[in-house]
Amino acid sequence: MRRLLSTALEVHPQVALRPEPFGALAYHYDNRRLVFLRSRDMLNVVESLSTYSTLEDALVASDIEPQRWQSFESAIDSLISSEIVRVR
Amino acid sequence: MSASPLVEQLKSGLDAPICLTWELTYACNLECIHCLSSSGRRDPRELSTEQAKAVLDELAALQVFYINIGGGEPMVRRDFFDIIEYSVSKGIGVKFSTNGAYIDTEKAKRLTDMDYLDIQISLDGADAATNDVVRGAGSYDTARRAMDNLASAGFGPFKISVVVTRQNVSQLDAFKALADSYGAQLRITRLRPAGRGADTWHQLHPTNAQQRDIYNWLSAHGENVLTGDSFFHLNALGPALPGLNMCGAGRVVCLIDPIGDVYACPFVIHDEFKAGNVLDAGGFTRVWRESDLFIDLREPQSAGACASCGAYDECQGGCMAAKFFTGLPLDGPDPECVGGDADALLASVPVSLVPRPSQDHSKPARVPSIVAGH
Repeated sequence: MRRLLSTALEVHPQVALRPEPFGALAYHYDNRRLVFLRSRDMLNVVESLSTYSTLEDALVASDIEPQRWQSFESAIDSLISSEIVRVR
Repeated sequence: MSASPLVEQLKSGLDAPICLTWELTYACNLECIHCLSSSGRRDPRELSTEQAKAVLDELAALQVFYINIGGGEPMVRRDFFDIIEYSVSKGIGVKFSTNGAYIDTEKAKRLTDMDYLDIQISLDGADAATNDVVRGAGSYDTARRAMDNLASAGFGPFKISVVVTRQNVSQLDAFKALADSYGAQLRITRLRPAGRGADTWHQLHPTNAQQRDIYNWLSAHGENVLTGDSFFHLNALGPALPGLNMCGAGRVVCLIDPIGDVYACPFVIHDEFKAGNVLDAGGFTRVWRESDLFIDLREPQSAGACASCGAYDECQGGCMAAKFFTGLPLDGPDPECVGGDADALLASVPVSLVPRPSQDHSKPARVPSIVAGH
């Protein structure tokens, strides 16, 4: 897995996020991929990526406890693979 | 393996559908013998352009990412481009199903110039002889001409959409080769006994041995072949096929028909599965979120007669529509249960108790003579 805590990230401009009871749906209009964000915390973090200079700052801002950072880092890594999130 | 927490949550419903099918018209130039919506003639109550745009405004507010447009033949509508261009302008991508009759060189270019548009050309045989028995004389050549026109216009990877039947199962490799030759994507879906398909299902649906062939073929091709998640009843045969493995009716999926009636899925156009109409007070949003039918479908469903079967977690009891239109109880096995658990039941259902489609827009002169044979 990539180390992403100190990376600057953003939601891909062709992606729309739709909040849902379980978290959110993310849809990429170019590659037509539909991805599930599996908690509201994850939605909050993803939505705020572009306003913070690193992933770590976004995690702190969303009050994610440090023991959960690794699982968020890993989930964000897979969102990068599906082009929902990208490095900026 | 039991369902994931995500699937359990999806079963209890979403704020808006993921996959919404909208049949724009019941009018069609073809008379396919398995047509899910018994299409042929336009319904005079068909939604107007303005009404259709108001529905799109609502779907945009709900953040529906894309819609699946069908019919009938949607390109028959004079306002077809007006509607799909409006949809895309509102941020709702469009995938539409067509028999291709209206995709000439000029339309192919216009479609190519649009963003966020996917096209599915229906084809039910890898050769004219197999296809035209189901879709009508000349329909194979018509579909191929549309594919040629899209390819020449540089549309890119359109989809070829095949309903798998007893007669074309053996052609899956040929369909794949055809799709590959165009740089297209193959999509295969399950034959449902809905609409005119209720009358022809017994002759067209794959045999149990063929179902295993379909499962093996899909397992070998993985995510390279689209299925609309329609073969989850085959998961009882082994490791799960790609997809959510659940019935999405009223939970993540629904259908809007040409007059605005909202049904639980595209395969159950019947009063029993009608949740409301987009023109009712509160519009589509209220139907989706508050209709008694949809709320009921989001409740945990009983496994009924399948509860004691070890494969229930894999097959989920199969397809609600397939059971309904073959006269089987909804909490029992799918008519194509791979374990054969529905065979005796199917044989014992009195024809008089099999539900008939609530509406029929077939052209009157050509009601299939097969009906008389039942």
